[in-house]
Amino acid sequence: MNLLEASGVVKKYANHLALDHVDINIPENQITGLLGPNGAGKTTFIRIINHITMPDEGSILFKGRPIKSSDIYNIGYLPEERGLYKKMKVGEQAIYLARLKGLSKQDAYHKLKYWFEKFEIGAWWNKKVEELSKGMQQKVQFIVTVLHEPELLIFDEPFSGFDPINANLLKEEILNLKEKGATIIFSTHNMSSVEAVCDNICLVNKAKAILKGNIDDLKQQYKNNEVAIEFDGDINLFKEKLNGSYDIQDLGVKNRNHYATILLKEDKSINKLISLLLQDFKISGINEILPAMDEVFIKAVELSNKNQ
Amino acid sequence: MNKILLIINREYLSRVRKKSFIIMTLLSPLLFAGIISLVTYLNTQENTDDKVIAIEDYSGLYSTTFKSTEHIKYEYINSGDSLEKQQLLKEGFDALVVINEDLLQNKSAIQLYSESQVTINIIDNIKHQINSYLRDKKLASFQIEDLNEKIKEINNVNVNLQTIRFNEAGEEKQSSAAISIIIGIAAAFLLYMFLLLYGTQVMRGVIEEKTNRIVEVMISSVKPFQLMMGKIIGIGLVAITQFTLWIVLSLIAVFILQSFIFPSPEQVSQGIEISQSMQSAPDAADTAAQFNNIIGLITDTNIFGIIGLFVFYFIGGYLVYATLFAAVGSAVDNETDTQQFVTPIILPLILSIYVAMAAFNNPHGSVAFWFSIIPFTSPVVMMSRIPFDVPTWEIILSMGILTLSFIVLTWFAGKVYRTGILMYGKKSSYKEVWKWFIQSGK
Repeated sequence: MNLLEASGVVKKYANHLALDHVDINIPENQITGLLGPNGAGKTTFIRIINHITMPDEGSILFKGRPIKSSDIYNIGYLPEERGLYKKMKVGEQAIYLARLKGLSKQDAYHKLKYWFEKFEIGAWWNKKVEELSKGMQQKVQFIVTVLHEPELLIFDEPFSGFDPINANLLKEEILNLKEKGATIIFSTHNMSSVEAVCDNICLVNKAKAILKGNIDDLKQQYKNNEVAIEFDGDINLFKEKLNGSYDIQDLGVKNRNHYATILLKEDKSINKLISLLLQDFKISGINEILPAMDEVFIKAVELSNKNQ
Repeated sequence: MNKILLIINREYLSRVRKKSFIIMTLLSPLLFAGIISLVTYLNTQENTDDKVIAIEDYSGLYSTTFKSTEHIKYEYINSGDSLEKQQLLKEGFDALVVINEDLLQNKSAIQLYSESQVTINIIDNIKHQINSYLRDKKLASFQIEDLNEKIKEINNVNVNLQTIRFNEAGEEKQSSAAISIIIGIAAAFLLYMFLLLYGTQVMRGVIEEKTNRIVEVMISSVKPFQLMMGKIIGIGLVAITQFTLWIVLSLIAVFILQSFIFPSPEQVSQGIEISQSMQSAPDAADTAAQFNNIIGLITDTNIFGIIGLFVFYFIGGYLVYATLFAAVGSAVDNETDTQQFVTPIILPLILSIYVAMAAFNNPHGSVAFWFSIIPFTSPVVMMSRIPFDVPTWEIILSMGILTLSFIVLTWFAGKVYRTGILMYGKKSSYKEVWKWFIQSGK
């Protein structure tokens, strides 16, 4: 089931088209990566969801009905460019932002205490924001975003400004939130983080959603039918056996084993390859090579640029 | 709690709790009182440098006329014809008075020589001494009986002119033009200062939120209009707080001055008798009486009506300017870019203070009238006219137009603000801002 369904969304600015009939579905309780080069229209789309700007055409359905402005209580948005009042105290500011999201003062206070302890910034409660490092400010902003336990969370480049340790902490928390039932939109350029956390992606390029779906499905779709194999046996015999029906891309020795990358032709499958080799070779490992997400990403963008 | 109330609350508290605000609010009335006291003090302190004036009296008639005062010493010299005027001045005399003949015959037979400009005090003193001597001499020449008694009677004739105006209801009102002008000037300047000070604070607040990208975080939980109005109202309340505290503190300061430094007439009456017997002017008692008189006049000048109008014009003028400043803040990326937008906003404000000054001379002229109707100048100009009894219909018209203007301007600024706060890196121009206005109309 989809928590959010955008269909035919168009947004024009004075001199350019920011979104061109975009359809995006955000499945419930999953993490959807919103990807795309700079200026592709990601932020515009997120702002439309957040009721900051209105689409010129198209509709956004939230839980199956048109989204309304009170739904923002059910959305937590961590913008890419984010700041805090420098002169304000950390705790006070966190309470302020939480109350703007509809929490009561006491509620906000107790929840914030919990999260501040969890992120090990409790000691900074009474410090001014300007005394905090950038990473700590990011933590505060993350906390404020998730504090009111919204059903939909939108993170725009959540890892920027974090060291690897804290980035990992954050990743764990994001997965945790999903576990607890949250639906998450995750906008980023960082492909490795996409593969680590996302279930689905939607690739936006030049105002259009050009690629969307489950990550595993997409990898299948964009794979080259390559197989990596490790084996023990005579190399010449190996070449001879495969000659004609298989394409050997790479061949070498690793860890006293031979390894090879093989491109399967149309009618071949991994099973056929295994049965061909099983008699004469000791196979220690075989697996399908799936493309990394950035390969998929680049291919899709190139393809769509070519089509235009 | 309502979101806009939360925003107002934050904007208000974050400013009121600032050290600079507390210090400014507490110290300003003291500073103000201090400056007034200093000026008063300096005025009462005559030049403490003692001056020595040489007198060469060729007529021989005035050898006892000039009596040295505390700071002015008169010395008679007798150099005969060989008077070297410049030489004399170099020898330690500050000035030289030469009398050639009987002054009752020739009024111009007296000259004052000096190297540097002689102060008015000295000139007055010389004139006063010689004039009163001549007057007495002239009076004596009439040979009137009981002269001293009669002079005393004459001196007791001193009319106390009371200016009384009729207001529309036909009641008599005592007034003082000087007090009206002072109240007008004070109100106009205070308003000008508050509008400029707090208007630019709104702008700075908006720029802070924009450049620090706070607005990106805020905008998902509140509407841009709420954010803008919350800020404007919050800062406006800070201004009202400051104004109220200033009034209260000033009243306390006046009360203290009244009871300790300038005692009331009853308390000084004994002092007056003593000083009168000493024939010196009863300065202290005079000042005290005058001071109390001024306080009395201020309270008579319908001060609460004026404060009420001041508050209205402050709120109206503040909303007009603050919304414009907020729009400017949203249109730029940093404070250095504000110049091109701020100048046309500040110009009418500066103009209004000039018109207000002119309005003191002609409070019911057409310039004063029109500028107190135009919304951008009306707050300051009208405040300067108020003490001169402006017709009620003019006040109502001016207030109405001001109210209408801030509604229209808030609507306009809200639209520009909505687009502006999320625009970065674009060099904003008037054309661009107009486009935002049109666009957000959709």
